[in-house]
Amino acid sequence: MTARIGVVTFPGTLDDQDALRAARLAGAEAVSLWHRDKDLKQVDAVVLAGGFSYGDYLRAGAISRFSPVMETIIEQAKAGMPVLGICNGFQILTEAHLLPGAMLRNNHLHFICRDQKLRVENASTAWTSDYEQGEEIQVPLKNMDGRYVADERTLDALEAEGRVAFRYLDMNPNGSLRDIAGITNEAGNVVGLMPHPEHAVEPLVGTGRTDGLGFFTSILKKLVTA
Amino acid sequence: MTLDTVKHAAETPDVSQPWKELGLKEDEYARIREILGRRPTGAELAMYSVMWSEHCSYKSSKVHLKQFGEKAPESDALLVGIGENAGVVDVGQGYAVTFKVESHNHPSYIEPYQGAATGVGGIVRDILAMGARPVAVMDPLRFGAADHPDTKRVLPGVVAGIGGYGNCLGLPNIGGEVVFDSCYQGNPLVNALCVGVMKHEDIHLAKASGAGNKVILYGARTGGDGIGGVSVLASETFDSTGPSRRPAVQVGDPFQEKLLIECTLEIFRENLVDGIQDLGGAGLSCATSELASAGSGGMRVELDRVHLRDATLSPEEILMSESQERMCAIVEPDKVDRFLEICEKWDVIATVIGEVTEGSQLEIFWHGEQIVDVPPRTVAHEGPVYHRPYERPSWQDALQADDANKLPRPATSDELKDQVLKLVASPNQASKSWITDQYDRFVQGNTILAQPEDSGMVRIDEESNLGVAVATDGNGRYAKLDPYAGAQLALAESYRNVAASGAKPLAISNCLNFGSPEDPAVMWQFAEATRGLADGCLELGTPVTGGNVSLYNQTGETAIHPTPVVAVLGVIDDVTRRTPMAFSQEGQLLYLLGETREEFGGSAWSQVVHDHLGGLPPVVDLEREKLLGEILISGSRDGMIDAAHDLSDGGLIQAVTESCLRGGKGARLVVPDGLDAFTFLFSESAGRAVVAVPRSEELRFTDMCGARGLPATRIGVIDGDAVELQGEFSLELSELREAHEATIPGLLA
Repeated sequence: MTARIGVVTFPGTLDDQDALRAARLAGAEAVSLWHRDKDLKQVDAVVLAGGFSYGDYLRAGAISRFSPVMETIIEQAKAGMPVLGICNGFQILTEAHLLPGAMLRNNHLHFICRDQKLRVENASTAWTSDYEQGEEIQVPLKNMDGRYVADERTLDALEAEGRVAFRYLDMNPNGSLRDIAGITNEAGNVVGLMPHPEHAVEPLVGTGRTDGLGFFTSILKKLVTA
Repeated sequence: MTLDTVKHAAETPDVSQPWKELGLKEDEYARIREILGRRPTGAELAMYSVMWSEHCSYKSSKVHLKQFGEKAPESDALLVGIGENAGVVDVGQGYAVTFKVESHNHPSYIEPYQGAATGVGGIVRDILAMGARPVAVMDPLRFGAADHPDTKRVLPGVVAGIGGYGNCLGLPNIGGEVVFDSCYQGNPLVNALCVGVMKHEDIHLAKASGAGNKVILYGARTGGDGIGGVSVLASETFDSTGPSRRPAVQVGDPFQEKLLIECTLEIFRENLVDGIQDLGGAGLSCATSELASAGSGGMRVELDRVHLRDATLSPEEILMSESQERMCAIVEPDKVDRFLEICEKWDVIATVIGEVTEGSQLEIFWHGEQIVDVPPRTVAHEGPVYHRPYERPSWQDALQADDANKLPRPATSDELKDQVLKLVASPNQASKSWITDQYDRFVQGNTILAQPEDSGMVRIDEESNLGVAVATDGNGRYAKLDPYAGAQLALAESYRNVAASGAKPLAISNCLNFGSPEDPAVMWQFAEATRGLADGCLELGTPVTGGNVSLYNQTGETAIHPTPVVAVLGVIDDVTRRTPMAFSQEGQLLYLLGETREEFGGSAWSQVVHDHLGGLPPVVDLEREKLLGEILISGSRDGMIDAAHDLSDGGLIQAVTESCLRGGKGARLVVPDGLDAFTFLFSESAGRAVVAVPRSEELRFTDMCGARGLPATRIGVIDGDAVELQGEFSLELSELREAHEATIPGLLA
């Protein structure tokens, strides 16, 4: 018994193959979804992968948010379907208002690629239950527009409701407010973060760590036991 | 303005034409008239001028490049050799790998961001056109002095351009070089390499055959950018009524290129093309004439069908435009519909612009009127060939006599220690992570090794763990002292780097960056370097698969150092056996492989401490390089080596420092018998590497080296938090790290 995890390919999506591989390695059935297709092929959860969908033209995620596949995803996410947005996927989720806040250009104005330490601040979402509360993990980070911002009231609310899911440790790589690396919605089914857990699932490649696999095992356990 | 048709040209033989402004020589223009039996039309003149440019025709370098074919070693690995968009190498298990390095030097000086960005775009399309999925890129870069104000303009722009384009394509950037030298001040070198992977049966070639087959142009619309980019002049002379003052530098759109890649790969999967060519330098002129020239028939093109970004472009401009992100495919008529469907799926514009004909001519029409009627071979493959005069420069003897081995050496342990710190902090030896952290090295999830490792390595099969490794190296200082040896040293270093990471070197590509071919001294450097490289490849058994020549890299009368850059491709059967450079296991033994001599000519030490360039470069021994390579590969495969780092510029202390910092562990070193501390630390003798051997493997490893006749000297152990040279000095890792990592951000951030 396994679950079907869908990964959307928009024009300009880059990390879709990586996300599909991560889902497979966790034991899920990985399913490719196409941006023009409203049909989610009966998947149980969706990953919006990293990249530069539509070239990040206008604003990162701003055009993808209006694609046919997103119509269905927005509707289903509101009904409780688990959705994980990684990097560009996180940007799309904020543009779609499934998550609050927005991403601005990194404060140092350069693209940055590094092995980044994070603290799991909320280990009870659909995508983080395999981690310990407060666990420190290390996964690759790579972005141009990764600086998370929101107004003070929103930030206070996120903190108060435990919706800050991940925080940058040791160094804040992009100027994100309150070191926020990722957040969740109230229900805990929609999670977005800038770092790339799908690049940290095999001991051989990338940084050689597998700290990111927990995202995919978390969701699989939830779906299979549900 | 009346259209200059073929008919009109035949009727008006005496019209004066701007051949000179387009960069053609008088005898070249005369030869065009002779080939055609009349004066060329404006469109024909445009095509010949770009295709006969140095960049496209290799007219000065051809006679020397021949040696790469003539002296090619016997190799079972080469599936496609020189002459196609890129060479193709068999790496086993049914896989083929294609790779190539190219220059984008001049545009990157004028417009650093777009120049460097479109350099990446161009090489990626070359690889794609062979039928391969691009899997990695690398960038060998050379700039003026690190502290020169203009370097602060050029370098950040180039790095942002490479990142901005490559990151957006989803290609991991896994290596390359960054070198500073004032000789590149007015002429930075921006070389770009791409590696692609395919199955043997997926290889595609650039040829147009089969009368009735359609010619499809697809990708971005054609605009007025990059007109005459490959030749000498921009387009104003053609049409002063059109939009003017366009940049000769192309403007890139990586998003469009990403779509083009995915669209093209899907087209390949469905086996829809007969021949394919990317549009790069010389644009449509190049693609149509090369496809027709390499094929069996002629070609007829309706130029007015080309999708334009600017409707006012003249036919000459359309033929010369170097707008990016375009490809040209030859497709059988019954496959055209499916081809266009796939393009539509990826939002890529595609247009049937012509067809392959029974005849032998390349014929181009503009709204029904013929403006080009030429034998395509005369445009694409039978351009002028020059035997440029060359002569060993008068200053070469004096340069070689200025012996670096006689420079004052450190007299005390403190001085030795100071010079170590100065070396590892110098811009050329310092950490480049401020630069490489602007490139995505993780995307595609197959990166096994990336900079600062000895070579970049990617997995190409997830089941079998088959992988390929690539390293690029060049040393203009060595080549200036002796271009023959300098080219071989670049080859040797790159070969060594690939072997040090555990992969078996198979083939090479090169980018030959030199000054003006009209200077006999430069031509001598070029002749010597190509001879050295061809001889070296023969000896190492690594054929040249292709490459690129960039000439006229000079400011006024002053040429850059001759800078042949060599890229070696290797294969590794099981990437789990790769050898990283990090010293991370305390207690492991450090062995120095190879022989250390007093060799300081062209060394980093002579540059950093004395600002000196003179003498002779290190002696080349390719047999030794081969043996060292075999030991490194066997040691890695059989688990005798845990870490390895090649010794090159900066010598042993540079390599040990890098490996210690990478692994976060110190090292205790002892000067071996027969060497003094200074030579031990700073000599740049070739054919050497330092390896970390687990104690349990020591005997097996030294036995292997002994049996094969490779000198292996125990020089220390991985231990503690400092790099210590017994009886001389100790440097804390934290101090070394600060020195090594602060330099580049301090200069450029």
